[in-house]
Amino acid sequence: MSFLSYFINGISLGSVYAIIALGYTMVYGIAKMLNFAHGDVIMVGGYVIFQLVFALGVHPFIGILIAVIACTVLGVTIERLAYRPLRMAAPLAVLITAIGVSYLLQNLALLIFTSNPKSFQSLINVPALKLADGALVISGETMVTIVVGIVIVVVLSYFIRNTKSGRAMLAVSEDKGAAQLMGVNVNGTIAFTFAIGSALAAIGSVLLCSAYPTLTPQTGAMPGIKAFVAAVFGGIGSIPGAMLGGILLGVIENLSKAYISSQMADAIVFGVLILVLLVKPTGILGKKIQEKV
Amino acid sequence: MDELAYATEKEGMMKKLRINKIIRNYTTYAVILAVYVIVNWMIQRGSISSLFQGLLIPLCIYAVLAASLNLTVGILGELSLGHAGFMCVGAFSGAFFTQVTQQIFTNGYLRFFLAILFGVFFAGVAGLLIGIPVLRLRGDYLAIVTLAFGEIIKNLVNVLYIGKDSRGLHISLKSSIDLGLEADGKVIINGAMGITGTPKDSTFFISILLLFVTVLVIQNFIHSRAGRAVMAIRDNRIAAESIGLNITKYKLLAFSISAAFAGAAGVLYAHNLATLTATGKNFGYNMSIMILVFVVLGGIGNIQGSMIAAIILTLLPELLRNVSPFVSENRMLFYALVLIFMMLFGQSPKAIQFRKKYFTLSTYLKEKPKKEV
Repeated sequence: MSFLSYFINGISLGSVYAIIALGYTMVYGIAKMLNFAHGDVIMVGGYVIFQLVFALGVHPFIGILIAVIACTVLGVTIERLAYRPLRMAAPLAVLITAIGVSYLLQNLALLIFTSNPKSFQSLINVPALKLADGALVISGETMVTIVVGIVIVVVLSYFIRNTKSGRAMLAVSEDKGAAQLMGVNVNGTIAFTFAIGSALAAIGSVLLCSAYPTLTPQTGAMPGIKAFVAAVFGGIGSIPGAMLGGILLGVIENLSKAYISSQMADAIVFGVLILVLLVKPTGILGKKIQEKV
Repeated sequence: MDELAYATEKEGMMKKLRINKIIRNYTTYAVILAVYVIVNWMIQRGSISSLFQGLLIPLCIYAVLAASLNLTVGILGELSLGHAGFMCVGAFSGAFFTQVTQQIFTNGYLRFFLAILFGVFFAGVAGLLIGIPVLRLRGDYLAIVTLAFGEIIKNLVNVLYIGKDSRGLHISLKSSIDLGLEADGKVIINGAMGITGTPKDSTFFISILLLFVTVLVIQNFIHSRAGRAVMAIRDNRIAAESIGLNITKYKLLAFSISAAFAGAAGVLYAHNLATLTATGKNFGYNMSIMILVFVVLGGIGNIQGSMIAAIILTLLPELLRNVSPFVSENRMLFYALVLIFMMLFGQSPKAIQFRKKYFTLSTYLKEKPKKEV
């Protein structure tokens, strides 16, 4: 029974990773850049909710809505100011800028909110589910996280395949130049992708902070990196891949925490990344990229 | 006739370029020596405050770190965010060596020299092990994996316990009691408490010497056959591969050398402190970013520039401590801005065009219309 409970908690953690990983994988697929600041957008979302709900007493639902809007605005602003001017520059320059933005957000948060951890109470009011006479308890957070994760992936997949702006995203990720010739607004599409990714980050922050109720300026950094690992694991650029990679990673992390060593769990997660890169660099569901000269 | 004239002119230019390069290299060495002589003279005269005397060794350490990271970022063209991790490997293996061999080698200089070699070896091997899976892939992955590696090393060192008694060395990942030491045994690496009681072998002389050796090796590497191969790979991997360069070999070579020098800096760091612990502050992500800021501000690919940036950015917060406490307390914030603005104004296509149009002297002076040959 304890194995099953670790397993289900792993799926829940994995769903959070998956939601964050979606932001990475979409941006990477379209802009071909690693948005290092994505994890810190989560942190900003967490602070917005904290300030609104716990300090000002706003209704949680409105708080989450405002956090989603704030993160979306933040994501689009970052893209416009820091990434767009460098679209044609060397990849190294873009990467360094992204690290700079991530570092800037962390240190701004440090300046405003100090490094004292804020204790975050769960915003999810769902009673825990008791199975098998109380031997297996599934918390409300776990269930909500898993459901939200699945809903987001289904909606997002539908959106990308069946709407005009979704197909524009696919076109831009295939070939920017050709998409532009076909009348797709490339800059607009990339900004829209950042908006979706950042909105998802805000939802991720609600789920993350409900499951791990301490909030510091570094809160987003590690989950952000792990979510990127999940995106690579599942195949970068692929939406079902991000979900699959996230859940697998969450399960691996939780099981190694339970059965091997809690301090080594992170090392094992990154070991998985290295293994994946060695065996199948494009990830589980990734497409093989043919390099053209 | 014309062709001959062109050929001699070209040869002359090449010679001039080569001489310029040699002069530039020797200037660097001369400047390092001059700094050493002047600072020593000033210490003897007593005109350097104890605060700045304490900064001399860290300055050299940061300069070595910056120069070695520039080898990865500037020459190899890959972004490493785990440079502090290699420094950590070097620091702990070097300090461990010193502790174990304290009775064997009584000569401090010889022992320290061997400790540096030991640290360099382990950091280099760590670089090799990380590099093998990752350098075959594209840049973004390297950034993430090196970042992860830095964190893993930090976590590992914090749960590592090594003790020594008459039966030899004991290793445990749980606690110091699990080592099962004899009564006279001594715990060398004590988990999160780190290594205590390492002799303070680092001196300004040795630090300057290491800086000198670092510049010597890196400069010579860059201008060697291997270094040119590495730069060719950076500029165009496919072209480099098609003329028969072994991509993985040269990438690994440059990456390991860079890691090894970070390790050397780590050994120096470990022997400058009474207690060595692995925290987020000294071997974490922040440290790696700080070294990256030195490289970016000093100029990606410019070894001398990154060393100067390291020295300025280390001294500046100390100098500003009284003038503007806000700046020196929140230096990380400014580091972030340095990264963003250096890239936005230095690397974006529009900025480059703008600079070319208005600020390049060469457009007025050097680039006269070339004669058709």
